[in-house]
Amino acid sequence: MDVSVKRESLEAMRVFDLAKMPLRELNSALHAIAPGTNDTNFEVVNPRGSHAVAVGIDQPVTVEVRGSVGYYCAGMNDGGTVTVHGSAGPGVAENMMSGTVVIEGDASQYAGATGRGGLLVIKGNAASRCGISMKGIDIVVQGNIGHMSAFMGQSGHLVVLGNAGDALGDSLYEAKLFVRGEVKSLGADCIQKEMKPKHLKLLAELLEKAGITGVAPEEFKRYGSARTLYNFNIDNADAY
Amino acid sequence: MCGIVGLFLKDRSLEPQLGAMLSDMLVTMTDRGPDSAGIAIYGAPSDGRAKITVQSADPKQDFAGLKALLKPADSSVAVELKSTHAVIEASADKAQAVRDLLVQERPEIRVMGSGDSVEIYKEVGLPKDVVSRFGIRQMAGTHGIGHTRMATESAVTTLGAHPFSTGADQCLVHNGSLSNHNNLRRELVREGMTFETQNDTEVAAAYLSAEMAKGKDLGQALTSALDDLDGFFTFVVGTKSGFGVVRDPIACKPAVMAETDQYIAFGSEYRALVNLPGIENARVWEPEPATVYFWDHEKAA
Repeated sequence: MDVSVKRESLEAMRVFDLAKMPLRELNSALHAIAPGTNDTNFEVVNPRGSHAVAVGIDQPVTVEVRGSVGYYCAGMNDGGTVTVHGSAGPGVAENMMSGTVVIEGDASQYAGATGRGGLLVIKGNAASRCGISMKGIDIVVQGNIGHMSAFMGQSGHLVVLGNAGDALGDSLYEAKLFVRGEVKSLGADCIQKEMKPKHLKLLAELLEKAGITGVAPEEFKRYGSARTLYNFNIDNADAY
Repeated sequence: MCGIVGLFLKDRSLEPQLGAMLSDMLVTMTDRGPDSAGIAIYGAPSDGRAKITVQSADPKQDFAGLKALLKPADSSVAVELKSTHAVIEASADKAQAVRDLLVQERPEIRVMGSGDSVEIYKEVGLPKDVVSRFGIRQMAGTHGIGHTRMATESAVTTLGAHPFSTGADQCLVHNGSLSNHNNLRRELVREGMTFETQNDTEVAAAYLSAEMAKGKDLGQALTSALDDLDGFFTFVVGTKSGFGVVRDPIACKPAVMAETDQYIAFGSEYRALVNLPGIENARVWEPEPATVYFWDHEKAA
């Protein structure tokens, strides 16, 4: 990766080399940004699997991470655009509020967990529990997702171009799930639902937002909650 | 929590650096488990010789005159002292006699592991201190596994540290906790296995040893473990020529693997792998839940 060329082309880019400075310097600089500032382009080199890279962003900054990261990258993001040019460890974009997080490689377990808003795009595969307890986030995975994804998802959208693992959407509330490939099994109270014109339109918008071309919304199936487990009913005890 | 690492070399030219590479990987995982650390290194076996790694809480007293003490069992016996551990090398056909004599004469000494090639070192303390007191960085070998412990299921003691070894050249490291270990331990005791601790991981190691003693290979033993062990686990296992990985079906304990033409590496986190040669171009993946991965030098050759 030729970092120097990129650096010259973006004059205001601030580069943080995590092989030479502690993570705290990067995150403090991100947290110190005042509203309305122009100093919004950041680059992180040598992340080498570090945890908590670029967490707690609350301004519309752009962060390019050159390499793979560990736990909780871009957690709690509120308005930033974070791109990881590598893979991400567990809990990437956990509890995102708004903004965009793009993972060029794969993501480990619970990507986008509890996310309230924003867009998470994973270009490779996501492991288990992708979008667990999602509450408004949009997640687009170009590869496959692992088991127990969207568990107890409350709102938002999970779009998967590949396959889904076991127990998709277990105990789902109102998150909407779209899967293009095979679903290994559906979780309790998750069912396939009819793809209506409004869903095709919504899915087309999500794919466009994620920059995905050459894939038609008609290729997907929609899954959602059967709404039988919302309130406890003794007849459903086996399903919990 | 706990951190585990493993390295299985394909490129023989890396063998002199195995101890150094594995030590770096282990020290990087310190913050996943700072209370104890351990490492197993598989060196090149030499024909007709066996190794027994032993440990003592009072090495000054227990290791004094050890070689002379064991000579009656095998005149070719050699003893190398390394801090609280010692590696006893003996003629393979006399190794059991040496071990029996050792247990009889120095009952305080504990056997960490034995076999043709494995040496096992473990102690309480930070990984960096543990690898340095045993000179792990200078060790050569074909494959090895390591563990940094944050204890949950049993006390912070040398014997509670990983790796656990329950059969010749077999050992195991574990991140997780087993929930049916008491029952399984009772069953294994009935089958003749012996236990040193109340630790859940020792049960997993003994289970695999028992399955392999019934004729299963490492891969088959790990497959049965998925049916018979209940709880959370990511295991990395070593045998004389093999290296295996398995995660429970829930797979909440982290795991990352990397493969190049030179090696197969395992880490609890990607951070453990970043100093390996050629990692930038390695195939890096997260092992699937309830899926057995294993490699064998002999089967590959």
